Amino acid sequence: MTRSATDSAAREAVSDALLAIVPDAPIAELADDTDLREALELDSLDFLAFVEQLNTRTGMRFEEDDYSGLRTIAGCLRMLRRPAG
Amino acid sequence: MAEFVMPSLGADMESGTVTEWLVKPGDLVRKGDVVAVVDTAKAAVEVECFQSGRVDRLLVPEGRSVPVGTPLAVITTDEAAAPTTPGRPDAPAPPDSAAAPVHTGDQAATTLEPPTRPATRPTTPIVRHLAKEAGLDLAALHGTGAGGAVTRHDIEQATPHPPRPAERPQTPPHPRGQQAPRVSPYARKLAADLGVDLAALHPGDGPVTAADIRAAAEQQPAQRQPAQRQPAQRRPVKARGVDNRTAIAALMSRANRDIPHYHLATTVDLDRALAWLREHNKALPVAERVLPAALLLKATALAAAAVPELNGHWVDGALQPSSTVDLGMAVAVRGGGLLVPVLPQADTLPLAEIMRGLREQATRARSGRPRASDLGQASITVTNLGDLGVEVVHGVIHPPQVALVGFGAVVERPWSVDGLLGVRPVVTVTLAADHRATDGAVGARFLHMIDNSLQTPEELL
Repeated sequence: MTRSATDSAAREAVSDALLAIVPDAPIAELADDTDLREALELDSLDFLAFVEQLNTRTGMRFEEDDYSGLRTIAGCLRMLRRPAG
Repeated sequence: MAEFVMPSLGADMESGTVTEWLVKPGDLVRKGDVVAVVDTAKAAVEVECFQSGRVDRLLVPEGRSVPVGTPLAVITTDEAAAPTTPGRPDAPAPPDSAAAPVHTGDQAATTLEPPTRPATRPTTPIVRHLAKEAGLDLAALHGTGAGGAVTRHDIEQATPHPPRPAERPQTPPHPRGQQAPRVSPYARKLAADLGVDLAALHPGDGPVTAADIRAAAEQQPAQRQPAQRQPAQRRPVKARGVDNRTAIAALMSRANRDIPHYHLATTVDLDRALAWLREHNKALPVAERVLPAALLLKATALAAAAVPELNGHWVDGALQPSSTVDLGMAVAVRGGGLLVPVLPQADTLPLAEIMRGLREQATRARSGRPRASDLGQASITVTNLGDLGVEVVHGVIHPPQVALVGFGAVVERPWSVDGLLGVRPVVTVTLAADHRATDGAVGARFLHMIDNSLQTPEELL
């Protein structure tokens, strides 16, 4: 798989996970470095649900220590690119 | 034979309106089924029945407001009893029946009975209700549930258009009874900014989206605004929010008028608690992860059990301590207002259960359709404004309770540990307490207990 294909799959997973929590999230309007919690008004329950969605969709498990890395789309993509384990 | 009565859905509730019956005479109901939607000043609440049996009669028609405790329906618990037994004179009439058409016995059953429709397969009240709203014939539907039962999903699949509320007994600005449309936080915010009335929207399939809001804003000429709306109002303009505002105003005014509050605060080092929780969560599936908020709730519940003077109600000039800790959790409703779902006997619940309760109840409260069982009488209330970045909450007690606990955000602060300066995650816990019931020393003991139990988080499991 090429790098760009991996990226687009990861982007789709992030986008789908966000849409599952905020069904009308204006994903296209969100810059990659926008703080998702602020822009979409996610509280801690919402954010936990988002992390859960990422877990279900990608099989990757993020610990709470990783949360700060998941605050932006760019951050999520970086985390998803991380080698497993 | 049992009576299903208008439940008390909060300390400040005196009466409620039956907006919709989801069952009709003859229907079988099981304990926990949602049988009616009751409108209080704060919310449209799905009310469950407390016993299994057959609905014998509905005593209060849709649209009627009755005091708490008024019998709403008769449920025959004896299966042998025929569903349409002739009128039983022993059933008390609603107190305000004089103002309404007389309805006793069979006549009541007839006049109150919704249009009958064939329902040969097992269905739940909510499914029948959805089918009715969507104008679907249940008998003609293909059921995918157990025993061919028609499920909510089947209804959704078979609905060509979103379910529209049928004719309502009420007129705007109280368009209740309809399934509250799902509205995302972003859409709500947009609606507030653009002055779009969410209650007047008819979304297509699925939840109300930002696009719906924008479209509505463009089509919305100024004169379509209801007259009572304040021109400068930027809050979401859902009628519900306004009602909720009124209810909160009344309760809080009473609190400030009647309750001599005293306020205490302490800052708690959460280093141990959060480190423990991180480890704890690592061993759990993501779906069962516990948030710090649940830990704070559990610590509060234990402290309330240990300090009964703060856990109860002020009634007729005296404190009535509660035998259980029924923890109210103030939840901000998106679109404005506040609901306080209750975790009954929270001090006896394992941490996982507290987390589950927090999650489910917050979700239901925010969706605008809480369950009656969520809204019982709390013995003490917790408000957590941490997610809003607030550090200190100076709370107002919800009468007749005698204490309100507030948590601010968990923040990293310089902190002295064993004579050295370190950076620690800390939270400020506040207590607003009723000085008629307790003095500061009791409050101080309570806050101290919360601090203590957060230092031994493993005991909060």
